[in-house]
Amino acid sequence: MAASSPAAALPAAVIDASRRAERDARADKLFRGLLAAAGIFVLVTLIGIALSMLWGGREALAQFGIGFFFSAEWDPVNQKFGALIPIYGTLVSALIAMLIAVPVSFGIALFLTEIAPNWLRGPVASAIELLAGIPSIIYGMWGLFVFVPLVGEHVAPWLNDHLGSWPLIGPLFTGPPLGIGMLTAGFVLAIMVIPFISSVMREVFLTVPTRLKESAYALGSTKWEVVWDIVLPYTRTAVVGGVFLGFGRALGETMAVAYLVGNSVKFTPSLLEPSTTIAALIANDFNESTGLHRSSLLLLGFVLFVVTFIVLAAARLMLLRLSRKEGNA
Amino acid sequence: MNSAVIPAPDAGKAAVERRLYFRRTVVNRLALVLGCAAALFGLVFLFWILWTTLSYGLKGVNLDLFTKMTPAPMSAGGLLNAFFGSAVICLIAIVIGSLLGVAAGTWLAEYAGNKRIGTVTRFINDILISAPSIVIGLFVAIVIVMQFKQYSALAGAIALALLVIPVVVRTTDEMLRLVPGQMREAALSLGVPQWKVTMQVLYRAALPGIVTGILLALARITGETAPLLFTAFGNQYWSTDLLKPMASVPVVMYQFVGSPYESWQTLAWAGALVLTVFVLLLSLLARAILLRNKTSHD
Amino acid sequence: MLTSIKTRFVAVGLATVLGAASAQAADITGAGATFIYPILSKWSDSYNNATGNKINYQSIGSGGGITQIKAGTVSFGSSDKPLTPQELDEAGLAQFPSVIGGVVPVVNVEGVEAGKLKFTGPLLADIYQGKIKKWNDPAIAQVNPGVTLADANITVVHRSDGSGTTFNFTNYLSKVSPEWKSKAGEGTTVSWPVGVGGKGNEGVAAYVKQIKGSIGYVELAYALQNKMTYTALQNSAGQFVLPSLASFQAAAASADWKNAKDFHLVITNAPGENSWPITATNFILVYKQPKDSAAAKSVLDFFKWAYENGAKQAEELDYVPLPKSLVEQIEAYWQAEVKL
Repeated sequence: MAASSPAAALPAAVIDASRRAERDARADKLFRGLLAAAGIFVLVTLIGIALSMLWGGREALAQFGIGFFFSAEWDPVNQKFGALIPIYGTLVSALIAMLIAVPVSFGIALFLTEIAPNWLRGPVASAIELLAGIPSIIYGMWGLFVFVPLVGEHVAPWLNDHLGSWPLIGPLFTGPPLGIGMLTAGFVLAIMVIPFISSVMREVFLTVPTRLKESAYALGSTKWEVVWDIVLPYTRTAVVGGVFLGFGRALGETMAVAYLVGNSVKFTPSLLEPSTTIAALIANDFNESTGLHRSSLLLLGFVLFVVTFIVLAAARLMLLRLSRKEGNA
Repeated sequence: MNSAVIPAPDAGKAAVERRLYFRRTVVNRLALVLGCAAALFGLVFLFWILWTTLSYGLKGVNLDLFTKMTPAPMSAGGLLNAFFGSAVICLIAIVIGSLLGVAAGTWLAEYAGNKRIGTVTRFINDILISAPSIVIGLFVAIVIVMQFKQYSALAGAIALALLVIPVVVRTTDEMLRLVPGQMREAALSLGVPQWKVTMQVLYRAALPGIVTGILLALARITGETAPLLFTAFGNQYWSTDLLKPMASVPVVMYQFVGSPYESWQTLAWAGALVLTVFVLLLSLLARAILLRNKTSHD
Repeated sequence: MLTSIKTRFVAVGLATVLGAASAQAADITGAGATFIYPILSKWSDSYNNATGNKINYQSIGSGGGITQIKAGTVSFGSSDKPLTPQELDEAGLAQFPSVIGGVVPVVNVEGVEAGKLKFTGPLLADIYQGKIKKWNDPAIAQVNPGVTLADANITVVHRSDGSGTTFNFTNYLSKVSPEWKSKAGEGTTVSWPVGVGGKGNEGVAAYVKQIKGSIGYVELAYALQNKMTYTALQNSAGQFVLPSLASFQAAAASADWKNAKDFHLVITNAPGENSWPITATNFILVYKQPKDSAAAKSVLDFFKWAYENGAKQAEELDYVPLPKSLVEQIEAYWQAEVKL
């Protein structure tokens, strides 16, 4: 093209091209800047969330100091607030959820990777994952209308009669059979986090090199032995990561828990009696709180955020370790 | 286990071996049965919850549900204003969230992926995906609602957008990184500027994946209640003002299901049914897009 | 009909004066007490039909109503606990009554019909302190001769949110039980010695309906609409009375509004043979010098309309509409206090 054009036009074309290159470079720079701004926004959001809550909670922190985290008092009348009971409730309900969800999720992953015939795996996996799609509030409504009466009429009285008098764990299962409380909330939480844990477990189980499993089968191992002695050790960190992921979810779940936990800020050893969690307390109280009360709620929000951040970060790190191992292999 | 596979020379050893083998088989059987039971456990609760929603919800599904406003107690009505409010709030959230999310995801995949800041952002983003939604609601309540002294649909949409962003960032990032490097190189070597490469080559290749991410994000925010309580608040009337409180289906459900009025409870369950059907259809659609894309690549 | 046309004219005229921004009908948000939610949403509905104006009322509890009006996020707040004149001054708020109703104890005890069970104030306080734990406790049997109750646990249900219903209930318990006063006290939320927390009147009603052997307290409309078992209560004259429009009216009649600055008056434990002891007034809070005076005017217009046209609906839902003299006093108060 350059050859056919007159000599005088050549510099113009060159100038034109360099102008275009310049324009492109500018556009590229702008484009890159915009994308980077969006990326930085994600980072800043996280820090912003944490800081805004800490800022909102400064009044409570100044008033109660570090004692806020160790006081079991939550008394809006006398303006005395302590975080111990909601923190305890949050941890205990999430732990109950884990006690149920971890073995069940492991069983589901086992079913989906080793037991079920191939044609069944896809549909069952999808169905379990649909559980994760159901909105939290519907778990709460189902829990309140269907599950709570069931627990109140059958499960709680049975626990009362059979476990209530045992030493050590007895006090966990005493109290009037209301059907609401940490046990119910924990159970429904378990159903809610099962899809998250089981899908991580299933995915990481599938990363185990076939040659490892086949070697074990060749030596005469049963399916269970392959899973327990080969698959699980190989994926251990990632499995724990998946469990932590579920734990993080359970800690911050709000609507379902708000319906089922009983919303009472009092210490009770019993899992059958009403209690509360950080998230449920915030959902209930935030719109009507002022001053120190609101500040305390925000400080609780900060605690929840930091705790879930740590748990989820640990989960991520553990999951990353497996993918790194895979990358190296 | 090892002793079991060593050949046994005499009858006594053979008996021990048989017993051991028997025990291993029993343990294995038990584990398999428990595995099946676990899967069944999950399925039972899925169908139980869906059945409850369906049986309670169907009573309230009729034309009025979609054509009338939320009623006063003991009067008849529907959820029109709530459906509209949810649609508006979610739509704005998805638009804001997708734009920012795709942009940030592109930055991670194409520019910052291997730098330290990229690694940190990706890590933080993964955590934000699972962050408690109520905390996001609090954040928007402090930063927007309390500053402007006004509950608003827009504040609700911003809270939901913050839930959309991490989901979209992750899928965009993942999908772009799956696009083969040759495509970039081919386009760049033709002298196409990078922004054009991204917009016209990479996005086209990664589109089904990105759309899946956006659909999944939409499914997630449709049912979100907690972040809206402190931001969009509620409204018993039809409102189109983005700077005023607006009704939304989950918040109306939260209010109505706890009420003493049967008509309200029926409406709450009808809302729950519509919401669940919508959300499940969305996740199925997202899955279908992903699946079709996968098979067409194979 | 005539009045509604008149109001429509006023609304239209107002809109024209205020120009494009208010060209649509007024769209006002208020929030607060769940106590008046049933009647307020009825009024709002009729008002909307009559004038086209939309008064959006969100029931988030009295605590929430006070908080939100102070934060300026709503055009009016509502509370069943009156603020003191000093509190009002500090926040720059004006306060006036909207309607009168009653808090009633409700129980879920097998074989007991509505109105058949009797309580005295101290008995109620003891139950709510967890001192009486069983339905067959002698103290309950003593005031209920002829009623046999099972050996069943009592489950106390209270409000989990800040609530004017709670305020009136605990205010009453504090008046009749010194022990309650020193241990738990009165307030929109108190430090409950025992029990389960339900959110809003709705939440308490739902829990009491669901939990066998439970006792709670709700506004009468909630009890009646849920067909709940409400109880009789002994009043300050020593009589056992049932909650009804008549017994609320008797209590309201004893109130001396004329001498109550900013209508700061709590009418629990009212004197009179027929008075219901936990009769409660709901109060509306607005700014004395509102930033958005059009919105404030719409609020006052709405309540003016409700006082004039809403009495019948109020009585249908078992609320006591305000007497004419009180309405006049309120309108004079508006003139004097609220700068539009």
